Amino acid sequence: MTAHSIFRETLRRLARNPLAMAGGAVILFFFVLALFPSVFSGHDPNRIDILKILASPSESHPLGTDDLGRDVLARMVHGARISLSVGFVAESIAIGIGLVIGLLAGYYGGRVDSVLMRFVDIMLCFPTFFLILAVIAFIGPSIWNIMFIIGVTGWMGVARLVRAETLSLKERDFISAARAQGAGTGRIMFRHILPNTLAPILVAATLGVAGAILVESGLSFLGIGVQPPTPSWGNILTAGKDNIEFAWWLSLYPGLAIFLTVLGYNLLGEGIRDAVDPRLKGR
Amino acid sequence: MSRPLRPRAVLSALSVLVLLSACGGSGKEAPGKGTAASDAPAHGDAIIEGSIGDISGFLSAVTTDASSHEAAGYVFNGLVRYDKDLRLEGELAESWDISPDGKKITFRLRKGVTWHDGAPFTSDDVMFTYRRMIDPKTPTAYGEDFKQVKRASAPDPHTFVAEYARPFAPALASWGMHILPKHLLEKHPDISRSPLNKKPVGTGPFRFVEWKTGEKTVFDANPAYFEGKPYISRVVTRVIPDLATMFLELKSGGLDLMNLTPLQYTRQTETAEFRKSFNRFRYLSSGYTYLGFRLSHPFFKDSKVRQAIAHAVNKKEVIEGVFFGLGQEATGPYKPGTWPYNPNVKRYPHDPSKAKELLAEAGWKEKDGDGVLKKDGRRFEFTVLTNAGNENRAKTAAIIQQNLSAVGIKMEIRTVEWAAFINEFVKKRKFDALILGWNITPDPDQYDVWHSSKTGPDELNHIGYANAEVDRLLEEGRRTFDTGKRKKAYFRIQEILAEEQPIVFLCYPDSLPAVHKRFRGIVPAPAGISYNFIQWYVPKGEQKYTTFRQ
Amino acid sequence: MYRYIVRRVLISVPLLIGISLITFGVINMAPGGPIGISSDLNPKATAEYRERLKAYYGLDRPIYVRYGQWLGRMAVLDFGDSFSPDGRKVWDKIRERIPVTLSINLLSMATIFLIAVPIGIYSAVRKGSLFDRIATVTVFTGFAVPTFWLALLLMILFGVHLGWLPISGLVSLEHDSLPLAGRVADRAKHLVLPIFLAGFGGLAGISRYMRSNMLEVIRQDYVATARAKGLPERKVVFRHAMRNALLPVITILGLSVPDLLGGSVIFETIFAIPGMGQLFYQGVMSRDYPLIMGILTIGAFLTLLGNILADVGYALADPRINTGRTG
Repeated sequence: MTAHSIFRETLRRLARNPLAMAGGAVILFFFVLALFPSVFSGHDPNRIDILKILASPSESHPLGTDDLGRDVLARMVHGARISLSVGFVAESIAIGIGLVIGLLAGYYGGRVDSVLMRFVDIMLCFPTFFLILAVIAFIGPSIWNIMFIIGVTGWMGVARLVRAETLSLKERDFISAARAQGAGTGRIMFRHILPNTLAPILVAATLGVAGAILVESGLSFLGIGVQPPTPSWGNILTAGKDNIEFAWWLSLYPGLAIFLTVLGYNLLGEGIRDAVDPRLKGR
Repeated sequence: MSRPLRPRAVLSALSVLVLLSACGGSGKEAPGKGTAASDAPAHGDAIIEGSIGDISGFLSAVTTDASSHEAAGYVFNGLVRYDKDLRLEGELAESWDISPDGKKITFRLRKGVTWHDGAPFTSDDVMFTYRRMIDPKTPTAYGEDFKQVKRASAPDPHTFVAEYARPFAPALASWGMHILPKHLLEKHPDISRSPLNKKPVGTGPFRFVEWKTGEKTVFDANPAYFEGKPYISRVVTRVIPDLATMFLELKSGGLDLMNLTPLQYTRQTETAEFRKSFNRFRYLSSGYTYLGFRLSHPFFKDSKVRQAIAHAVNKKEVIEGVFFGLGQEATGPYKPGTWPYNPNVKRYPHDPSKAKELLAEAGWKEKDGDGVLKKDGRRFEFTVLTNAGNENRAKTAAIIQQNLSAVGIKMEIRTVEWAAFINEFVKKRKFDALILGWNITPDPDQYDVWHSSKTGPDELNHIGYANAEVDRLLEEGRRTFDTGKRKKAYFRIQEILAEEQPIVFLCYPDSLPAVHKRFRGIVPAPAGISYNFIQWYVPKGEQKYTTFRQ
Repeated sequence: MYRYIVRRVLISVPLLIGISLITFGVINMAPGGPIGISSDLNPKATAEYRERLKAYYGLDRPIYVRYGQWLGRMAVLDFGDSFSPDGRKVWDKIRERIPVTLSINLLSMATIFLIAVPIGIYSAVRKGSLFDRIATVTVFTGFAVPTFWLALLLMILFGVHLGWLPISGLVSLEHDSLPLAGRVADRAKHLVLPIFLAGFGGLAGISRYMRSNMLEVIRQDYVATARAKGLPERKVVFRHAMRNALLPVITILGLSVPDLLGGSVIFETIFAIPGMGQLFYQGVMSRDYPLIMGILTIGAFLTLLGNILADVGYALADPRINTGRTG
């Protein structure tokens, strides 16, 4: 088996999936925005101009201005950075935790496994959004807190996936071979088992990032998301909802951005799932 | 109703409220008048109001939020109340006398008033209410005024006498406190735990029907009300937590009354369609927003620095940007157009260069070209706190941030959700500066806010203001009933506050209620629109809700 | 069967204890601990509240003693008194909200199930077809649109412009005076938008799950055999494949309880529905710790119950299963 050729084959399959490609393109587009915000808008996202409050889209403000006369395009591209990072960082935390727990449970089995998996079951019982809401209200809605808590409450799916993979992998020949050659536990876990779990993790990750972006917008709606004046898509949309009929541009663009990004991640995730292994399934 | 001052954020956090208690100034957009035959006053119909927060109980002595006080106002009465011009008039009291030395008030109570359960209202009820207000078992925030009473007596069922050790000017207004029914409450040592807090029985114009928590409260007109049965048969207050939803509900006809945001008033209700169905009103609300400083903070100790900030902040921009011009520049803690308001105090027009000058005099200079002022090696950077979820405050903060950065001051904004804001930061004095609001009561006594003795953790002088002359004047102002003398004291207080700028007074915002056009008899006055709520009516032919179960 | 149910319930006991541990931990995470709050702006009550709280939580005692006491009260559904000025029992406050939230969630779940399952099956049978692609995009659209935004757009369309549906709330003002049929219609009208939204948002999970199950089942030997025997495709799909693919969906429905409950915070806020989600949000914003603890515990308990029911349902539907699910 050559990992390289499997990878190429997977990519080829992925490239043939138009929905996944479209999803990927959307995400790429927003990432470019987020990386180079000033290229796309010359305005300062926090520059208030009360003479231009709620101006409709025009040449100087292609997406209009908000209720403090700030340029919506500038806020959108700077908000992209915040919203995409919330998704990315939160999911990285989730994967980190899920990976460690899943590997430990799957590899050691027995009591370790049952304790860890009970813990997973317990965490799965909580309405996650309730937990997030409570903790954010207690520790304050800073960007880092939001990322942290979304991550800490979102790792259970990953842990289950990794555990299942680990369970099936650890009995395979190449693991026994490695063990026979004297490889230590850590080496086996991280060099041999981990790389083989990456595909399902990648799928879970894309869906997780999407979910985190949605959670941030929900928190913003409740007033405890990323706090203004720092722009996030969630809080731009929330500020826009009160003007939804009158100043449609204020809610349409952030709404669409969230929608397209989340959709993009989902389609890409589904595409990867199909491409990696058509039989792969999971939540 | 006189209530101790409290940070206005409570009100604004729940800002969409009906104005039933005394609030307001002059109406500027009069509704269509005309009393044609078809417009004759008639009983019937219901009014549906929107509120973003649920009430917490009906006994206003033990609640602190505005929604609950509004609800209680339908069911209960005080001995006195404010009339449309914000003058005290009798409600349950027919009249009163104040002894020449100002130490004794004798109330003559209305005769023939009954509680909603039919029991007669007497001076025993007033006495009972007084005793409960000073009872340590009553968790009330409004006991202070009643503790000033040296001796209370009820010589006969229709007379009540309160005697004070010293003249106490806010005393009369304090009897606007809702009077409680003794016969229903005497068995409950803590009235906040009594069933009456959930199912009130009062003497007021409306009788309690039901309270579905988180959903609505319903009241029906009291046919036996001593001022006559209200025309409107039913009042429903619906809890709608989201403002955008509430506005859609109003437009679709599901609500008859809500307070508009400045944005809705200026931009979303100008349509012919909206004006066809609704009357909008506009008058000065009873409150102001301010930028407050912790005065023990090394930056803000110096009044020059505070004056500089006052010059740096562009209040016009705040009023235009946040309130869409629907408000007035604030100059002090009293409402323009009322007798304690002093119009001739020092003002701080927007003047960045003057601000820089003052800051330089205070030792704050730009040294290394990074745009931030420095003094003794410290950069002029601080954090302003405000409560989360209040769009107006957040916007005000953003504007001030920009104003201050223009003079070399770096201000960070931090929003904290209300309960934590009060308990973790304001009460513990863990803030550099904050953006908040106070409400303005018709009686000018603001002892609790400005007196140097009121700086304890649970007390209201949280900025830590101390000025011997202001202390003396506050004392003077509350110890006489002579309006002339009081006016002099409060005028001087405003001059000192304006000079020292312990807080930067920002804006008196307007109240902007919208009421469905079928309601007639609404006459805006300095007190707002709801002082004559029982006279509002819907002509027979226009009544909308006729089938609800009475 | 009995034995299975008993065992299934028994293995939930450690989970309950775990749930209580986490809930207790979350509350003690708040700065200053559970005593850091007081009644809002009610200076007179502060000292009294603190004393009462101290007594209630026994804060002078070590944390494990406190936890033990709290657990004991929890067992008899004593969540203490709410910190809000009404000071009502937390359990009473929650109890009156549960029916609303639960019935809306059950209706949403039924809607999701009825729509998502056929979509999933058809997508699998016609994998890669135009229908499959459209269905994929549609179900993910439901998931991806921020709910409160879509809710407002639909309110504007159906409530304000068309006037077909009420904007918010559960019943209209005249509800009580309507005849029975009218009352039912009134309620139904108010539920259309919330349930549509919850359903639309939840389609993706179930339909995709159904689709991948179906794909897997279709490849199984017995389906191939059935096909080889010359059975018509319809029969193969419905008789053989569908039943086996449907079974695991039952479990997934159980697992979707926490997501629906969590989502109810936003639904109930935007639609002004007096349910548990709204109550929780208010509790969080006013730091009503007993209420927060109570709802977290009840929410987790309901999820656990959902899972048990799903597992039992699964066992009932598939007699081959007579062992506990692990992992």
